[in-house]
Amino acid sequence: MTPVPPSASHLTSRHKTNWSEMWRSVLRLSGRWRFVLGIAGALFVWTAAFSPWASFAFGYPGKMTLSGFPGGARVYLLPLLLLVSLLFFTLPVGATAGVRAALGLLFIAGYNFIAISWEGDGVDAVAWGAWIALLGSLLLLWAFASFLWEEADGRSLSGQTAGHTAVKLPDPIWQMLLVFGGVPALLICFVYALDVEESSRFVSLICCLGAGSAALSSLGFFNWTSELLARQRTFAVILLLIAALVFPFTQDGNGYWLRVLISVGVFASAAIGLNIVVGLTGLLDLGYIAFFGIGAYVSALLSDADFTTVHVRVPFLLVLLIGATVAGLVGIFVGAPTLRLRGDYLAIVTLGFGEIFRITMNNWNGLTRGPNGIAGISDLEIPSLFGSTPLNFGDAHEVFGVSLPNFANYYFLCIFLFIGMAILFSRLGNSRIGRAWMAIREDEIAASSMGVNPVRFKLLSFALGASMAGAAGTVSAHVTQQVSPDSFTFMESILLLAAVVLGGMGTIPGALLGAGVFYLLPEKLRAFQDVRMLMFGAALIIMMRYRPEGLIPNRRRKAEFREEKSRFSAGFLKGTGELDLMQQNPVQEGGT
Amino acid sequence: MKSVDSDFSPSSLSGLAGNFPPRVLLRASGLTVRFGGLLALDAVDFEVREGEIVGLIGPNGAGKTTFFNCLTGLVMPDEGEVRYKGQLLVLRPYKVAEAGLARTFQNIRLFPNMTPLENVLVGRHCHTKEGVWSALWRGKRFREAEASARMAAAEFLDFVGLVPDEDLSAHSLSYGDQRRLEIARALACEPGVLLLDEPTAGMNPRETQAMLELVQQIRDRGVAVVVIEHDMRFIFSLCDRIVVLDSGCKLSEGTSVEVRKDPRVIEAYLGISPE
Repeated sequence: MTPVPPSASHLTSRHKTNWSEMWRSVLRLSGRWRFVLGIAGALFVWTAAFSPWASFAFGYPGKMTLSGFPGGARVYLLPLLLLVSLLFFTLPVGATAGVRAALGLLFIAGYNFIAISWEGDGVDAVAWGAWIALLGSLLLLWAFASFLWEEADGRSLSGQTAGHTAVKLPDPIWQMLLVFGGVPALLICFVYALDVEESSRFVSLICCLGAGSAALSSLGFFNWTSELLARQRTFAVILLLIAALVFPFTQDGNGYWLRVLISVGVFASAAIGLNIVVGLTGLLDLGYIAFFGIGAYVSALLSDADFTTVHVRVPFLLVLLIGATVAGLVGIFVGAPTLRLRGDYLAIVTLGFGEIFRITMNNWNGLTRGPNGIAGISDLEIPSLFGSTPLNFGDAHEVFGVSLPNFANYYFLCIFLFIGMAILFSRLGNSRIGRAWMAIREDEIAASSMGVNPVRFKLLSFALGASMAGAAGTVSAHVTQQVSPDSFTFMESILLLAAVVLGGMGTIPGALLGAGVFYLLPEKLRAFQDVRMLMFGAALIIMMRYRPEGLIPNRRRKAEFREEKSRFSAGFLKGTGELDLMQQNPVQEGGT
Repeated sequence: MKSVDSDFSPSSLSGLAGNFPPRVLLRASGLTVRFGGLLALDAVDFEVREGEIVGLIGPNGAGKTTFFNCLTGLVMPDEGEVRYKGQLLVLRPYKVAEAGLARTFQNIRLFPNMTPLENVLVGRHCHTKEGVWSALWRGKRFREAEASARMAAAEFLDFVGLVPDEDLSAHSLSYGDQRRLEIARALACEPGVLLLDEPTAGMNPRETQAMLELVQQIRDRGVAVVVIEHDMRFIFSLCDRIVVLDSGCKLSEGTSVEVRKDPRVIEAYLGISPE
């Protein structure tokens, strides 16, 4: 360890606070020590993966008391360790990636350390393996971080520029092979992750995957994959679709995860509708779940449920249309007076509308049976393609010798719903109408000066989003087989909005991923049910700090956030002050 | 409330060479705007004839941008009316754009996260009609309309000297290119009158010269141009006719020589001479 004179670092990173400077100068390592500590850390982690972590023989899953095999959460150290070992050869470019991977190791070790001492009533319950894992991952972190500090001070090495260099792809035939191999691998990973039951193992898996992707992302891996997928889009979409259709066959006739994925699919479909409103048009809708609820109630009332007040049964496809239309009309009714106002007013009005809807449903006993809701909604029946008997969604089926539970029917329906919404979104977004929406989002005044009637197009977007939610709602009523007002609370609107923002505004995969995070993860993290909202909040704050564009951003939106900083400095250099005036309304524009 | 104004009389003020009587394209009469107690525009009369480049100058706060905002429906006038080709204009921004008035903004108002081509395509909005069903069905008509809109947009980009780049968003263009893009977007509306609000603000002399040539080319396409500018050399070498505003009133109007000699204009810019 050789302390470096602080003067050099003061010149280059003035924005850092002094205490972090201090820590750096204390923790700085010279070249040889970095490798020694790094290799020692890797060996420690390796040893830890095969050593006992818990000293008590009960409760904690994964046989963590045994030595000699990497059971339980320990196994998730190994992929990260492999990554870290490979990163040693890419230094100094891979320093950032190394820090991220080492952080992943530290999180796995730290989480299990805390969880074991929690379960075993004290630190005594923690065996030496966990201590070594902590120590090893800290050493690795230290080693990689000191590489990073050198880079920040010297500015001679460029590890983080991977994102800006041109992406090189192999031949088209290799591209297709990569996609062809990648999609099944993804499906296998997904099925595997669903099978990980204990929360300690699942959290460790998430740490492993998260840190791994973060590390790969700093090496430009995801730029590369997104370029690859953009080139082979049709092929990749078809393969993903096949993977999604194959999924029920991996479940051995068990409907549990299908049921969860159905709700993910339904909410992802609704999220796409919200994406039109929020992502494309830039309107903040805080009562979106109400439109979903309208669809659900329409569907519940028109399907002759056991506890209904309206005794009619309308064919489902018609119900889907009616639900979408009613929701769209209500959207127009709410939007027409409000969309003339600017910005935040719409958020407030939609917030109020969401509550009005819920309270109305809660009190309109004659129609909605109030807080009891409408229960016993029958399974769907649609005319069968083969034979004369209609296809009942309540039946289990045997396909290719594999038994599919009845939820598989709804699962396939949800896939079709999602595809329909995705087509709607991409076709509308990629047209004159979509451009008008985006123009309104970007600058309403400029858009209207180019001939776009802002009220009309905002209303169109709002109504379309509402009717898409309505359509998703009609399906959801049959899946849950009952509707009641407490499924349509403000929190649900917020969750949908959060899903759109987290996934990435204005993209279809983003909506799916966001819905997955908010409706699938809670099923896996049952142990944390009480602090679910706290965790979502924390996750959103972290996202807004480190990846404001969302997990799967729109290509240009990503650039927007990345370039914002340089844009501001450029504005100041120009000295025109146009940035200050950009958002003001024309009356104040400066009457020269 | 649409009536036809039959006044297509020739005017001696026209700077155009040739003997044909230029038609009045745009006529604002008695435009008055009050912001609370402040009289921003005081009964301003204004005319633009076919093929003209009109300069609108005046000291800071004279009401030039307010006048533009008023013409394009961003600010409602308290009194007065605007006619375009004899038709009374409904002063809503999108109606004005449909009628044939397009503008640029003093503080560039592009759609920053759309590509340059998409920016110009938004300008084609009035000249395309494809609705929801057409966009969903993607029939032959939609594809043809989309293709021709893209072609037209690319031509407008080319006209102002920009190249379409799919991976670039408008805000990453250089400042001068952003100004040009804004003009291309306005031209894509195929206006009869183009309103330019300080097109050379923040430009260096070479860029200003290029802008001058661009405006002349726009006029050669048959589009009348009204330009607000503080760069007097730019205004005097470009404009056929100059209108001077001060404190919301029209102070003077005429060719560059006439305006330069007008004592009221000198007074407004430099103050009263002590003599």
